[in-house]
Formats: sequence, structure tokens, C-alpha cells
Amino acid sequence: MTSSAVIQYLISGLTLGSIYGMIALGFALIYNATGIVNFAQGEFVTLGALIAISGSAWGLPMPAAVLAAVAAVTALAAALEWGTIRPARRASVITLIIITVGASILLRGAAMWLWGPDPLPMRPFSGENPISLGVAGATILPQHLWIMGTLLVTMVTLSLLGEKTQLGKALRATAVNREAARLVGIPAERMVRLSFALSGLLGSLAGAIVAPLSMGQYDMGIMLGLKGFAAAILGGMGSPPGAVLGGLLLGTLESLGAGLSPTGWSGYKDAIAFAIMLVVLMAKPTGLLGRGGKS
Amino acid sequence: MSDPGGRQAPPLSPDALPRTRTAWFIAGALVAAGLPLGLRGDYALHLAVAVGINTIVVLGLNLLMGYAGQVSLGQAAFVGVGAYASAILGAKLGASPWLGLLAGGALSAIIAAVVGVPLLRLRGHYLAMGTLGFGMIVHIVMVQWEGLTTGTTGISGFAPLSIAGYRLDSEIRMYYLVAASALLVLAMASNIINSRVGRALRAVHTSEAAAGTSGVDISRYKLQVFVISAALAGFAGSLYAHHAGYVNPDSFGFGYSIQLVVMVVIGGMASIWGAILGAGSVSLLAEYLRARQELSPMIFGCVLVAVMVFMPDGLWAGSSDFVSRLLGRKAQAEHS
Repeated sequence: MTSSAVIQYLISGLTLGSIYGMIALGFALIYNATGIVNFAQGEFVTLGALIAISGSAWGLPMPAAVLAAVAAVTALAAALEWGTIRPARRASVITLIIITVGASILLRGAAMWLWGPDPLPMRPFSGENPISLGVAGATILPQHLWIMGTLLVTMVTLSLLGEKTQLGKALRATAVNREAARLVGIPAERMVRLSFALSGLLGSLAGAIVAPLSMGQYDMGIMLGLKGFAAAILGGMGSPPGAVLGGLLLGTLESLGAGLSPTGWSGYKDAIAFAIMLVVLMAKPTGLLGRGGKS
Repeated sequence: MSDPGGRQAPPLSPDALPRTRTAWFIAGALVAAGLPLGLRGDYALHLAVAVGINTIVVLGLNLLMGYAGQVSLGQAAFVGVGAYASAILGAKLGASPWLGLLAGGALSAIIAAVVGVPLLRLRGHYLAMGTLGFGMIVHIVMVQWEGLTTGTTGISGFAPLSIAGYRLDSEIRMYYLVAASALLVLAMASNIINSRVGRALRAVHTSEAAAGTSGVDISRYKLQVFVISAALAGFAGSLYAHHAGYVNPDSFGFGYSIQLVVMVVIGGMASIWGAILGAGSVSLLAEYLRARQELSPMIFGCVLVAVMVFMPDGLWAGSSDFVSRLLGRKAQAEHS
């Protein structure tokens, strides 16, 4: 195993991890506002990818295609909350979770109906020529940089939103304590709507930027959603820095696990990632940066 | 959402009195015995067997979720372990199918006892993720450990169950075995719920802290129920293997785990009759839509969302409320 190969695995792991991290942020936002795990999160990713693919196939310039996908899915996520979660808001958490399961089946079905079952390709944002890192012959693809950069910009934007704006502060207050936030006059229902919209935004953005690497397919969201959920739990459910940390860790472990495992064992890469996650949870039952307690 | 934990105590089932329970049970047995008269052809019976098998799994999962308040998103793994135990024992060692049935339940129970000790320290969504991870790992092992499981090829060529030389190889014979098993499991679940263990479980569900202070050995009860639910899943898996005559990892993935949780919640948590309703309605709807091609997942998703929005406590509570209202009585005891 050369050091160049290890660097290569690290790069693809961090890229994948950035995607997981963005999906995990979406899980954390909705969890903080409602206490539920949104199983339709993966479908936001799918739709983001597929709409961006169609947009660029129709001749839209790449930024416009991505923007259109993100805008459409953000609106859809808000509509989903309005149409399904809000009417059932007095139901128990598990009922609401099953509603999101239903929504995910519905959206996946719609994606298959509209785009068909086959994977669709998408052009990378800025070419396919690998950039040399100058270390041990390792290279990086421009799309990898786009993905890591997007995660970085997302994190900075989210934390600025949280620190500087009234809306962001309200959202953070809700995350700390939903009941107390409501008592001081923060409109809980708007926070729930906002959290869904933001999750839709993050998920679809992740889908649109990963599509050039992974292609877009109606069921891509199942596995990506699960990994995002795993990342959110690993980092500590409801903690945004935890979500990103969990995502990067999971992506890296998965990539190194697949790359470094002996021949014939690479099929176990997902098992390795989940096993390590379980070990971490055993050592720290509330995730790496979790506050714990809340069920 | 105002009640994030959803932690009210599940109500005593309306059939909590022993005599009423017996009456319900006899009624259920009569319906099950007479059902084949109303079903035409092997296909309908085949579906009835599938519903029965799912009912057994869902009854176990309902004990875990509805009464002990612990979620498992990896229950398909236990069903798979049972199915593979039967298939491997039968196909490779030529063992008796009854041994496979026993081994299926026992192996699942043993695995649950081992992984349950660390897993059940997790709470809420962390437990959901922990069981999900466990289920994924088991599924990956089924696919990858080709020496034992033959991977995605699957295993066939093991004998069907037989009683004293009488082979249970037709749908109707299998139906009666599965129906009898499901009824027995139902009776057992009902006894557990109405026993000391059941009261302890409800206490754990309401408030772990209060139950703990009152001397309930919380982790022991949680583990017991986890093991029971796994044993039932394994047993059902063995039945599935002998019914289908073929096992394949595809049947025991994450999708099936989710489907089982959906059955529990759709039927109604903490309601053993709801388990039958949940297993039946979800299995039949999925099967009915399967033949209807492209739009079927969308319809299934819509129905699932609609049922949960309009009957947040599930079909059993929802329909019994409806019936009570129809009869002009006040809905008895809130089913929240």
C-alpha cells in the first residue's frame, strides 16, 4: 500500500464524507425543531440530483440548473411539512416518523416515474482533469474540490445565520429547548417549516454536487439518507458540528476500509463503517458531540 | 409534537379481562379456521400464509416498541437469521425441518441476547440507529459470506415441514400451521402484557426513572423483550423459509425492517390485535399494488401518509373509535 493510494482514499473519503455531512446537517435541523428523524431526507438528495441533471440536459448553464434544483426541492420540503407533518402535529413522534417514511416512498416512486429506473450522468462543474497535489503523486478532481468547498461554505453560512440573524437565533433557541423557545414567543410552527425548507435545501444541494461523481438515480437517496442519518447519530443527534464531523469520519472510514481491506473483502466496506459506528456508540452512547438524553 | 417522547402509558388493552380475552381469542381462532373456506385458490392462501408469518414478527416487535418503548430498525436481520438457519441446516446437513424451526428461533434469541446487552444501553433515535447498523451488518454478511450462505444466489433444496410423514407442502397445510402458530404467539403476547412483566414494561415505557426507583430491573426487562421479539422473528423466518422453499438476502434488508415498523405503527402500537391488522393491511396493500406497476410506490406512500395523518394511533384504535362513535357511545378510554 503506497502513501499515494492512502492519500487518494482519504480524498475520496473526505469528499463522500462532505456529502454525508450535508445530509446529516439536514437531519439535525429537523430533529432539533421537531424531535423526529426525517426518512425523506435521502429523497431530497435524489430530487436535487435528478432535477439538476434534467436542467443541464435541457441546456441550462450549470449554476442555473443547480439553483433551480435547490429552489424546487426547498419549496417541496416546505410543502411536504405543510401537507403531511403539520396536519398530524399532535401525533406521537413515531407516527410522524412513519409519515416521513410514507413521504419517502411517495417521492422515490415519483422520481422513478418521472426519470425512469436507470442512472443518469451529469457533466462535472469544471472539467475532469485531475489536479496534482504535488505530494506522492496524489491527484484531486475538480469536482472533489467543489464538494468540499460547498460543505465549507454551507457551514460558514449556517453558523453566520445562527449567530447574526434573528431567525437563526430563534432556530438555535428552538434547538436548545423547544418548550422554552415557545414560551418566549418564538413561533414553533414557523421554525418547523423553516427546518424542513433548510433540510430540503441542504439535501438537494448535496445531491446536485455529488451527481457528476455518482450519477443520479431514483433510489440513490436510500443509501445516502441512511449514511447521513448514521453520520448525524455518530456526531451526536442535533449537533451541527457533530453532523459534519460524523459525516467526514464515516466517509473516511468507509473509503479507507474499502481500500485497505484484503482482496475479496471489499464487499464488507459498509459493514466496517457501521461496525465502527456501533463501537463509537458503545463508548459514547450519545454520539461524539451529542448532548444526550433526549429520546 | 407537544409531547416529544410520546411517553404516555399505553392503555390496558380493551380485552384486558381474562374472560374477554378468551372470548376474543376463540373468535380469532374461529375466523382463522374458517378463513380458507372464503379464500379461492392457492394464491389467496399463499398471501394468508405471508400475512400470518408477518403477524408473528409484528407481535414480537409490537411488544418491544409498544410496551417496552424500544425501537428496532433491524428486525429483518432476526427474521433472516431464522430463515438461513433453517435453510442451511436443511440443505447442507439434511437436518429435520423441525430442528431448523427450533434452531431459527434459538439462534436469533442467542444473537439478540449477545448484541442486546450493549445495544439496549442506547436510547431513542440512537437505539434506532444501533439496531439499523446491526441489521445492515447482518444483511451484508448474508450477501458476502458465500461459503455459508451462497451469497445472492440464495439457498434452495431443503425439505418442507412434515408431521408424522404428512408433508406440509401445500398452501392449505402450511396455512393451518402458520395460523395456529400465530394464534399461539398472540395468546402468549397477551399473557405477557397482562402479567407482572407487562406491568413492568408499561412502567418502563412511561418513565424509566420512576420504574427504576420503584425497583423494576429496567435493563433486564428490556433485554428479555428484545430476546423474545428476536426469537419470534427467527421462528417466523424459519416458517418463511420452509413455506417459500428458497431464501435470498434480498428478503431481509433494511426495506423489510422498515416495513415491519410500519406494520406495527399502522396497526397500532401497544395493541396485539392491531398487530394482525397492521401485518395484514400492509402486506396485502403492498401485494395488491405490486402488480400495478409504475404508480404503485406512489400510491403506497400516499396511503401510508393518509392513514397516519387521519388515524395517528393506528388502524385498530382508529377503527374502534369509529365503531364506538357509530354506536353512539363515547369513545372509550383515549387511545393515545
